[in-house]
Amino acid sequence: MNSVFIYCEIEEGQVADVSLELLTKGRQLADQLGVEVEAIVAGSNLAGIEKQVAPYGVDKLHVFDAPGLYPYTSLPHTSVVVNLFKEEKPQICLMGATVIGRDLGPRVSSALFSGLTADCTSLEIGDHEMKGVTYKNLLYQIRPAFGGNIVATIVNPENRPQMATVREGVMQKEIKDANYKCEVIKHDVKKYVADTDYVVKVIERHIEKAKNNLKGAPIVVAGGYGMGSKEGFDMLFELAKTINAEVGASRAAIDAGFCDHDRQIGQTGVTVRPKLYIACGISGQIQHIAGMKESSMIISINSDPDAPINTIADYVITGTVEEVVPKLIKYYKKNK
Amino acid sequence: MGYKIIVLAKQVPDTRNVGKDAMTAEGTINRAALPAIFNPEDLNALEQALQIKDKYPDSTITMLTMGPGRAAEVLLEGMYRGADAGVLLTDRAFAGADTLATSYALSTAIKKIGEYDIIIGGRQAIDGDTAQVGPQVAEKLGLTQITYAEKIEKIEGKTIRVQRHIPGGIETVEGPLPIVITVNGSADPCRPRNAKRVMKFKYAQTPSQAAAEGGNAELIKTRPYLNIKEWTVADVDGDVKQCGLNGSPTKVKTIKNIVFAAKESKKFTAADADIESLMVELIENKIVG
Repeated sequence: MNSVFIYCEIEEGQVADVSLELLTKGRQLADQLGVEVEAIVAGSNLAGIEKQVAPYGVDKLHVFDAPGLYPYTSLPHTSVVVNLFKEEKPQICLMGATVIGRDLGPRVSSALFSGLTADCTSLEIGDHEMKGVTYKNLLYQIRPAFGGNIVATIVNPENRPQMATVREGVMQKEIKDANYKCEVIKHDVKKYVADTDYVVKVIERHIEKAKNNLKGAPIVVAGGYGMGSKEGFDMLFELAKTINAEVGASRAAIDAGFCDHDRQIGQTGVTVRPKLYIACGISGQIQHIAGMKESSMIISINSDPDAPINTIADYVITGTVEEVVPKLIKYYKKNK
Repeated sequence: MGYKIIVLAKQVPDTRNVGKDAMTAEGTINRAALPAIFNPEDLNALEQALQIKDKYPDSTITMLTMGPGRAAEVLLEGMYRGADAGVLLTDRAFAGADTLATSYALSTAIKKIGEYDIIIGGRQAIDGDTAQVGPQVAEKLGLTQITYAEKIEKIEGKTIRVQRHIPGGIETVEGPLPIVITVNGSADPCRPRNAKRVMKFKYAQTPSQAAAEGGNAELIKTRPYLNIKEWTVADVDGDVKQCGLNGSPTKVKTIKNIVFAAKESKKFTAADADIESLMVELIENKIVG
């Protein structure tokens, strides 16, 4: 009762990174609230799965192991979570803001009539006053909103669980104790999932390893709408190749078709923490800054000296990317 | 042989083109400064519906939206591009709805429409990016769902086969009708308006619009297809407690126009000497190289 629950995603027997990150965040929230962390894994052939999650400080692991539960489909996983929550009555439930979490979360919230906030960039505990009533220790679900121009704090005063999804990389995973004592509860899947839930069949899956390593790159060269075109990005790929960096992009650049979706940095893309971030022609909307502000060093190249991103940059180069980027390449080659 | 399709569409402020006047001095949104557009992924959804109709011409496509009177614009736009009819769900009781209250309202309207095989909409709207309404509508109607759809491969009888866009790849799934589908922006773009359809529907209006001064009430009497349905909470037998702000478990506690702690930044120009000195500094400090 009243625990913090994390729904853990499984891909080919591995618990997803985003789920491990949320276990760490969930542990912090639970410590603050003085409650337990419980995790759910649903899939098939899950023997030994607790070894992957327990070290992050999970007190109880609910295992649902049945052939039809992998790969993920909507209804069986919804039934697992909804029916378990009816018994366990968690106060908080966290999920990855992934294709799975964003398919599952809304269904669960609708079935339980609980509030769900998507793509949170920060989660905190705090009080809330409404109509003369003080609600203690609510989950503050903080996210950029309205296309990333403002930041909203959302609360669910009266409904439980308080649900939130978070993108991969926003939180950081941290092992609490390699030998953390975790109680494993193996549930009888038939008691939770009706046969009629298995209505969607996965016919085929083609998954390739990620084409880029944006999340782990020590240097990121990112382009914004100011790059002007797909061709403009060629220059960034050349700079990236020269200084051994990975290329990223702002949402505006991606919406304009300058760059592939999987390179998007920001609240609704990847969160990066490189030692150097070179922002080229990026104005700096909140939703973008949310995904790169923890970079150790930031260089902004922008023709607008008042671009918002300049305020958080360590080095501001006022000039056009067409002029500056080739010079960066030239003087790197000359001086390295 | 045809399918009954409902397309969920939303009129949204164009948050992708936010100018400097989009925020007021108090840090709130100046909605008047943002153009209202057809939510982009809802257009991708409409295209998928139209492709079904191309293959099965007896299919019908009904556009459904919730919003103020002005939101009827997206219904009309859908009709110009090939949809058969539109329903505007509009009532003060719906105002301030979070995704759950929105889904409840839409589900009541869908029940009133009555017959449907496929309910299809964009994966998410650009003003909230939550991707919640599709799955929540599905749950409220007791239907299954296929999210992140990129292509409807085929429909045969009561089975639909869909390609989904998943991280690093494609998943092909098959599900039963009726079903809710949400469409990803990577799906086919929507075809443009059809000139004949623009001619046919350009006088279409909701009863409120038709009754207003200069409205087309007389014309619509003789051409019923020009009537865009307009339903209130009472028309859909909605429970007011589940609508709008009342029916929203999430509450906005605060909204802030964030000001980032400004750093003491070093300023450079694009001059060669500036760029070279910066690069030398980065190399010496082993930031690059």
